[in-house]
Amino acid sequence: MKELTGTTGHIFNEPLLWEKGSTGRTGFSLPRRDVDPVPVAKELAGNGPDFPDLSELDVVRHFTRLSQWNFGVDSGMYPLGSCTMKYNPKTNERQAALPGFAGAHPLLPATLSQGALKLLFDLEQYLGEITGLPAVSLQPAAGSQGELTGMLIFHAYHQSKGRPRSKILIPDTAHGTNPASGALCGFKAIPVKSNEQGVLSPEAVAALMDEDTTGIMVTNPNTLGLFEDNIKNIAKIVHDRGGLVYGDGANMNAAMGIVNMADTGVDVLHLNLHKTFSTPHGGGGPGSGPVCVTRELERFLPVPRVVKNKDGYELGEDYPESVGKVHAFYGNFSVLIKAYSYILSMGPDLKKASQYAVLNANYIRENLKGVFHLPYDRPCMHECVFTDEYQQKFKVATLDIAKRLMDYGFHPPTVYFPLVVSGAIMIEPTESESRETIDQFIDAMKSIAQEAQEQPELLHNAPQNPKVQRLDETLAARTPCLTD
Amino acid sequence: MRYLPQTREDIDKMLQVVGVDNLDGLFSGIPEDCRRKGDLNLPEPLTEWELNRRMDEMAGAMAVAPEYKVFMGAGSYNHFIPEVVRQLLSRSEVYTAYTPYQPEISQGTLQAIYEYQTLVSRLLGMEVANASMYDGASSLAEALLMAIRITRRKKVAVSTAIHPLYRRVVRTYFAPTGYEVLEIPYLPDGRTDLSGLKNLEQLAGVAVQSPNFFGCIEDLKAVGGKVHTDDKALFIAAFTEPLAYGVLKRPGDCGADIACGEGQSFGIPQSFGGPGLGMFTALKKYVRNMPGRLIGKTVDRDGRPGFVLTLATREQHIRRERATSNICSNQGLCATASVMYMASLGGTGIRELAKLNHDKAAYFKSAFQKAGLTIPFESPVFNEFVVNFPAGFKDTHARLLEKKIVAGLPLAPYYPELEEHYLFCATETATREDMDDLIEEVTK
Amino acid sequence: MKEVSELNFPDDLRYSDDHEWVKQVDGVVRVGISDYAQNQLGDIVFVELPEVGDTFEKGQEFGTVESVKAVSELYMPVGGEITAVNEALEDAPEQVNNEPYAGGWMVDVRLQEPAEYGELKDQKAYLEMLKG
Repeated sequence: MKELTGTTGHIFNEPLLWEKGSTGRTGFSLPRRDVDPVPVAKELAGNGPDFPDLSELDVVRHFTRLSQWNFGVDSGMYPLGSCTMKYNPKTNERQAALPGFAGAHPLLPATLSQGALKLLFDLEQYLGEITGLPAVSLQPAAGSQGELTGMLIFHAYHQSKGRPRSKILIPDTAHGTNPASGALCGFKAIPVKSNEQGVLSPEAVAALMDEDTTGIMVTNPNTLGLFEDNIKNIAKIVHDRGGLVYGDGANMNAAMGIVNMADTGVDVLHLNLHKTFSTPHGGGGPGSGPVCVTRELERFLPVPRVVKNKDGYELGEDYPESVGKVHAFYGNFSVLIKAYSYILSMGPDLKKASQYAVLNANYIRENLKGVFHLPYDRPCMHECVFTDEYQQKFKVATLDIAKRLMDYGFHPPTVYFPLVVSGAIMIEPTESESRETIDQFIDAMKSIAQEAQEQPELLHNAPQNPKVQRLDETLAARTPCLTD
Repeated sequence: MRYLPQTREDIDKMLQVVGVDNLDGLFSGIPEDCRRKGDLNLPEPLTEWELNRRMDEMAGAMAVAPEYKVFMGAGSYNHFIPEVVRQLLSRSEVYTAYTPYQPEISQGTLQAIYEYQTLVSRLLGMEVANASMYDGASSLAEALLMAIRITRRKKVAVSTAIHPLYRRVVRTYFAPTGYEVLEIPYLPDGRTDLSGLKNLEQLAGVAVQSPNFFGCIEDLKAVGGKVHTDDKALFIAAFTEPLAYGVLKRPGDCGADIACGEGQSFGIPQSFGGPGLGMFTALKKYVRNMPGRLIGKTVDRDGRPGFVLTLATREQHIRRERATSNICSNQGLCATASVMYMASLGGTGIRELAKLNHDKAAYFKSAFQKAGLTIPFESPVFNEFVVNFPAGFKDTHARLLEKKIVAGLPLAPYYPELEEHYLFCATETATREDMDDLIEEVTK
Repeated sequence: MKEVSELNFPDDLRYSDDHEWVKQVDGVVRVGISDYAQNQLGDIVFVELPEVGDTFEKGQEFGTVESVKAVSELYMPVGGEITAVNEALEDAPEQVNNEPYAGGWMVDVRLQEPAEYGELKDQKAYLEMLKG
């Protein structure tokens, strides 16, 4: 019998925290009291919160058991399209935990924080080199905050020209954060349809671009995994009418060392360090979304900026045209440490990471075409998009395919995104996966396609192996129960 | 390279399947004028050992405990983090997982964050908490935008005793919106002065921080009472030190509509200012206007209890430009750290720890007074307080830096009217000896 | 998802291009969404409706209908003032799925332009549109 990657195992039920414990237990070692008690002003005093009292082992067992219900990159292949679930190097964790960094107060005088300031400065340089956009801010705490920063820069730029503009062009393949970020700056999202090849055409952009449009937000390669080959032309159209080009760099893993983003006409680009630069996803964050811009736009970047002088590094606030601050301090610093460590560990071989990511994705595309419907039958970049069209006739949908993959021991790909493709299945293997693992994934997908035809109920009832089966999301939305 | 498993043989086999001669051929569809010329100009890769040495050196050029005594708070607090939190957080199923889009294989993340939502709501006395936002500053900005959405009014009022860097983030978020941000002054006793607050019927929300930037504990009940003389305006209670609610009246008990702030104190290292943890809570009736992810209880097909992301129609991936916010990634791992911390601390523990923090700062403050120095704000404080030094303290401060002591945060850059005023902080990590030594040094 | 032939479209109602149904009820019209619309949306979890007294023009958005993974706007099939709102939908949005034409009604409208009612499709024309 063929042994699949996915199986059942020894996991444990575990109640909620407040369903355990006993008053008087503690999991904490309280520091010795060396000062006298002082009463809290009566009218300000409260009774404290209703937290459970747990012993240290109660806490350890609780979270150990919970962790065993999770699937992480360290568990198995996690081909979540546009999320770049690559391996998170352990040495990065060691560096972020160094007491000199972990214990540092952000408002230390510059002379006492040279290590951190150097790291910020160097990282800005490296990201500038990788993107071709030399002026960088590491402040945004996530990709969508990077997008917001970019939109604030667009707003400030047009304001400085004396002609505020109210619209922004957003391709139909865009991630939802794009129009949402534009809206936060008061920009009306004008959708641009992609053409039959799955990319933007210059004519479509030219038809919509006018002097009331701040510019365009482009993801390149786009969410179909395709390079926007008309990008230079499109950038020219936008620039000629006084607009700016925003690059959503979520898919940068396809392009390091291969595409110079600045050369494609992008003025402002954000990166996702938790995607391209190997920092861990943390169950939903923290990420980091640095923004890289042209020299012309440098003056709008958030403050403070790290400046190098003959004595070392310092933080400068004197940038009167800066958009301001999006983060109280300098961004998600320990995430920056991890990205920095990754770049120092990879060096120019970051190019190989992109090349292998693209190779892996095309290998999957070639192997699965014909098994699943491929809406754009052309070479892809770091991710490929299939649909459930062939399986629909067996009343099997993308959702069922995804759920069945779990039983095979894989995290499902991204599903139902981008919206331009019905029933989209977006597979991004990343460069971290070996050929054997990818072959296993391909075999699993082929088996599932066969099951769809011969035993569709296996898919409809999937997943069977994990701790829970399909959950009632309707109930959760109709009667929200968000706290106990 | 240990992160790249592909061998020459693997590459050749795969290229063959793809039908391309070499790796470059994979990119032949990219126009020539978009292609990079030449290799990436980055330093040669370091071995693991070289990286360790380099990072040790850089981390060594930082002023941290125990070598340095840093008496600063101002939104970043030095608290003990139990080893339990570090160890549990480093379980790779916890940190290498992503957003729980596929709930069946993410129940660990989902339950932990549901527990976080519950404990944070209880801490603040509020009805519902989201799964976190980036930090206290952006949480405040989002809270004010939420108030504007709910009330459809175009002005907000913000206390000047709120962290100055938070107010700058608010202004950045508000700059392109056309909405107005009014500032509320503070009183000689260090608290917010609401007496001049007029035209409440024009305000979407009023934000006050407690304990405030000066460490002073605001009378939240009075603030709530004043704000709610208008039946629509929202009372937003902000904070930078959630531990205070182990002993102080909670925002929810004082009528707060939204309570939001920084959760870094709960098990998250200071890390030069980030990542933080944006705690965000509100009353249940506002939940559809809340930004951020929400985790809810449900059951599976067999009736087993489980958790899922819910009310997602508020969010950007569905609502796009009409979403409650553009937020996607949150601070998941930081929220997980904080729930582990809250679980370790427990109800009894948090009251004791909060009281200890309160008493440490009270001791420190009275030590300054006994040494003849001026405490300008007479309001009760938690963890932090302001000292008004005689002219020339700047030189003492500089001299003490060389002795590896950071004697408070100078306030003049943030409040020009507060020359020679310094903000001091003492958490459970400050020993009596440390505090006595500091007093001795500044009175020399 | 059901086939059009499996769905129900009462012949005494009128229908808009946006899949709303309209029924004349004592001087006002009652509005809801058709069986086709509720079937397309899937399990409905929330309905956002306007307040009594609000006025809208024909074609203007007056509310939204949410399923777990999608939001759909509701557009006025005719212009006028909202005279009643189905408050029951707040706690029981599933009525829209279960009884789209009865318990799932959404708003009552006092017509501003009686001619607009005549512009709506009858059952036959609506079925044509769905099959097309």
